[in-house]
Amino acid sequence: MSLTANDVKKIAHLARLGIEESQIEHYAQDLSKVLDLMTQMSQTDTQDVKPMAHPLDQIQRLRPDSVSETNQRDNFQAIAPQTEAGLYLVPKVIE
Amino acid sequence: MHNLSLTQLAAGLRSKQFSSLELTQSFLNRINSYQQLNAYVTVSSELALQQAEAADRRLASGDATPLTGIPLAQKDIFCTQGIKTSCGSKMLDNFIAPYNATVIDHFNQAGAVMLGKLNMDEFAMGSSNETSFYGPSLNPWATDCVPGGSSGGSAVAVAARLAAAATGTDTGGSIRQPAAHCGITGLKPTYGRVSRYGMIAYASSLDQGGPMARSAEDAALLMQVMAGFDSKDSTSVDQSVPDYSASLNDSLQGLKIGLPKEFFSSDLDSRMASTLLAAVDEYRKLGAEVVEVSMPTLALAIPAYYVIASAECSSNLSRFDGVRFGYRCHSPADLTDLYTRSRGEGFGSEVKRRILMGTYALSAGYYDAYYLKAQQVRRLISEDFKRALNEVDVLMGPVTPSPAFKIGEKTGDPVQMYLSDIYTIAINLAGLPALALPAGFIDDKPVGLQVIGNYFSEAKLLNIGHRYQQVTDWHLQQPHGFE
Repeated sequence: MSLTANDVKKIAHLARLGIEESQIEHYAQDLSKVLDLMTQMSQTDTQDVKPMAHPLDQIQRLRPDSVSETNQRDNFQAIAPQTEAGLYLVPKVIE
Repeated sequence: MHNLSLTQLAAGLRSKQFSSLELTQSFLNRINSYQQLNAYVTVSSELALQQAEAADRRLASGDATPLTGIPLAQKDIFCTQGIKTSCGSKMLDNFIAPYNATVIDHFNQAGAVMLGKLNMDEFAMGSSNETSFYGPSLNPWATDCVPGGSSGGSAVAVAARLAAAATGTDTGGSIRQPAAHCGITGLKPTYGRVSRYGMIAYASSLDQGGPMARSAEDAALLMQVMAGFDSKDSTSVDQSVPDYSASLNDSLQGLKIGLPKEFFSSDLDSRMASTLLAAVDEYRKLGAEVVEVSMPTLALAIPAYYVIASAECSSNLSRFDGVRFGYRCHSPADLTDLYTRSRGEGFGSEVKRRILMGTYALSAGYYDAYYLKAQQVRRLISEDFKRALNEVDVLMGPVTPSPAFKIGEKTGDPVQMYLSDIYTIAINLAGLPALALPAGFIDDKPVGLQVIGNYFSEAKLLNIGHRYQQVTDWHLQQPHGFE
């Protein structure tokens, strides 16, 4: 199994991950090698095997719907790249 | 002072041989003298000295815990309020967490001193510490070699006596592999035993924090503070915490050890095999019985792990978007450009590879072939362990295929790097606990023995480690030049 430069561009776009043009071919080669490794699993019969998403068969705990955290907006916004009037700023989305 | 065990340090503090302030200053001096090892990302001297003074007051008042006043260091993956938490990444080079991880809270409550934050592979993705934005930490046993990863800085700090003990995290071997490469003791607890709250996520169904120390006895003291139920972690297990030090000296008479034949196949380097089998012989002398077991699906652990871990990483790391915290690119043209460039410039190449791999494995048309398949294989592996651990009390095997490799030796080929985790990864898939113990040397570099136990058998594993360390002195060896 091998990935092309175009595949890498498509995946990078899905992940919103900037990859330098000069590096794309390199990533395609590396990822193809990793895919070859992963393909080893295809030889194993897993029909009727229940997928295991989690190591322990746990049930999701529930808790009463009550306030457990205090408002820390100022704290959280102190580490943000750009804020104004309690809002997080990003480039204009709607022209 | 820096060569004393945690128990000896605690006794020294109580008998006033030295104060926590003196002890802390002595470790800070060592950190300063051995900066070339690059073990620390951040040294929190000011905080450490404040904590030491508070610890001395607490010791004087008589309400101290075994770790009060003892200088420890934390892997830079645990959020620490007011002190930078970088996770080894440019993305978080400016990140000061607004809260503490539960593990950090526990150490603070115990009165431990935090010397600083330890170097690691970026977002814990790596087996050599070479993916760190801050450059690799160096193995004190051979400074041209890697310390292992991802908790490389932790292993180096403990081995070179730049902290009395440290924390690590283990997603596919990240506590055990660096512990083995640096000749220290590392415990990867059962999944859910140690809270993941405030521990920056890589692969949430595999990540688990644990102690890295110079002996099983020291690790037991750390584990006592780290373990426990936490309502802030939805996968934390609500089960009582045993006294990990109480059973350290229990007899190993009749202990049944299984050696998975897949761990000792012809692929294993012959010198590694003979070193490990010599360790197993020590256990025979301690009264253990040794049998061979078979776990045929172990060979599939690496492919299954790299699908699952990459998939979870691509999802977990989507939070780093340049909007609320962390790195943001300069002058973004629009929102897509902000996301794409902030992530492209903030992440290093190994993190990018895994995000791409995970995104691909989860994308429409490939989900069944990769992610679903890997989850099915995960169950087969887990069932293999269950079967084996029904027959025997613990499994033993290598931690790594070889002693520490040279810096740069495996960076060119991700698959070669991934294969260095071949003996540790399956344990994370199953969620089991495992201990890495120093068990000998090859070419003057440490070799680790891995002991794998059943769920929540950490006390047993530490007991097994401690008894071995009573009759061997591998764990007492020190790297030359760092005495």
